[in-house]
Amino acid sequence: MVESIIQVANLSKSFDISSKKPGLKGTLRHFFKRETKSVEVIKNINFEINKGEIVGFLGANGAGKTTILKILCGLIYPSQGELSVAGYLPYKRRSNFLKNITLIMGQKQQLIWDLPPIESFYLNAAIYDIEKFEAKKRIKKLSDMLEIEKELYIPVRKLSLGQRMKSELLAALIHKPNILFLDEPTLGLDINAQRNLRKFLQIYNRETDATICLTSHYMKDITSLCKRVICVHEGCITYDGKLDKLLKKISPVKDILIICKTDKDAKELSKSGYIIKNKNQKEVTITIKKDTIKSTLNKIFKSYGIEDIFINEPPVDEIIGNILVKEKV
Amino acid sequence: MNIKKYLKIYSIFSYTSLASELEYKTNVIIDFVTAILSLVGSIFLLTIFFQNTDNIGGWRFEQALIIQGIYTILNGITNTWFNPNLTEIVKHIREGTLDFVLLKPIDSQFFISLKKIAPSGFLEIILGFALLFYCIGINQININIEFLLLSLSTLLCSIVILYSLWFLISTTTIWFVKTWNATEVLRSFLYIGRFPLNSFSFSLRIFFSIFVPIAFITTIPSEVFLGTAQIWEILLELIVSGIFFIVSRRFWLFALKYYTSASS
Repeated sequence: MVESIIQVANLSKSFDISSKKPGLKGTLRHFFKRETKSVEVIKNINFEINKGEIVGFLGANGAGKTTILKILCGLIYPSQGELSVAGYLPYKRRSNFLKNITLIMGQKQQLIWDLPPIESFYLNAAIYDIEKFEAKKRIKKLSDMLEIEKELYIPVRKLSLGQRMKSELLAALIHKPNILFLDEPTLGLDINAQRNLRKFLQIYNRETDATICLTSHYMKDITSLCKRVICVHEGCITYDGKLDKLLKKISPVKDILIICKTDKDAKELSKSGYIIKNKNQKEVTITIKKDTIKSTLNKIFKSYGIEDIFINEPPVDEIIGNILVKEKV
Repeated sequence: MNIKKYLKIYSIFSYTSLASELEYKTNVIIDFVTAILSLVGSIFLLTIFFQNTDNIGGWRFEQALIIQGIYTILNGITNTWFNPNLTEIVKHIREGTLDFVLLKPIDSQFFISLKKIAPSGFLEIILGFALLFYCIGINQININIEFLLLSLSTLLCSIVILYSLWFLISTTTIWFVKTWNATEVLRSFLYIGRFPLNSFSFSLRIFFSIFVPIAFITTIPSEVFLGTAQIWEILLELIVSGIFFIVSRRFWLFALKYYTSASS
């Protein structure tokens, strides 16, 4: 039986947020009499995550994804609800709990800026009670996996963003955490660096059975790493389940590009009652339901002169982008 | 608390911090020169005050130099440890990098108070001690175990008071986000500590003894040096430093409950 490692029940979080009107009058008013209101950023959410799972948190900016991650790793006190991460109450930040988890933020760094990353690794090793010999072994293994052996001895400020992010990962994983919280880890990285990072996370998950909770605005991160996603909209969970099921549910159609033998075939096809997305001389793109693809194509092949066909899935970014702003999926 | 572990971490903090600072050679040299000029300037100021009088508030020039020596040591400690670390708290909270500190299995107050070292302050500490040794000579102070014990413990209490005050102010950043000005005010008060408490008016003396205990920071250790300190004063300094440290610690742990971290 798969063991649940994160349990969240009826969790809510409110922040006091002040707002300011524009202009000098608004500024002075804001200075002397600050108007704050309590905003519920997480609203009564429930979910469980199993050991070894990779779960992607999806949502628009300000939806509450990062707040959920920060509550799970113990940085923020929840306003109400129950939660347990690896058997601990995260906000108590017990030493054994902290040795079990790690948080990686794409936009923040913990490495010592003026020194080579290896110095930060040894500092972290000491903080996590790892002997120097063992630390050396782990640094060697992780740097091999991340392909940053040479960069270990170059001051952080001289490293590229991709190299820095890999070093951040190494610093965050030196204590072999069982649960990884990743907040937009590929932010600002080029395509190759993103791919390498994803590959590393897949291998790390496979080898260590670590649980990974991930937020990212790059859909490629989500599609290649997460089988399960949790969609968050204005602090509420709008979907929690398999990613492919979500995609099927949200986008039950496929686009099919049909290249006809003659202009006449194309013209007739475009007038035959199918949903036409695009037409260009011999090429016609039609949209059909996924469950009728076989029968529809059979009919088309029998009725018209067809040279070639291409079946396209609508871009995942487009589908996910549409659901992020929906209250219900 | 595992003392051995913390000592090991502190040695790595010191090494990494020194290595980072020494990356910028010119900056270190400028800081050293500034430290020397600052001490020379302060002594020059004292000589101007004493030009037309033998004593101010019951203190002769040679005695006032002791206060200057203690002030220089404290300023050196401020520049070596407090300034680089405690001003960073504001940055940590504004930018949300306190997250990394709070997620380490280590005491967060220890981490943010001692992570960095600015080597330029070392010179001030050395110069301060040199000035004190000179004062021991010119004031014909008799050195014995009792003297060493009392002067070192009152000096340590002064360091604790100064640290606690600074840390308390920096902690308020969790609610107010930006409190650089408040720590600057504290530094300005510390400048006042270069002068004997008796040289101020009664109301200012009360203010600097009770509300901002600058008097405890320099005057009492100086009186211990001169052998004029009352035992109740020494005990009071000990109690005040203990209270301030405990309050600063409790306040930090309380404030962390309100930490909301910066947005991503």
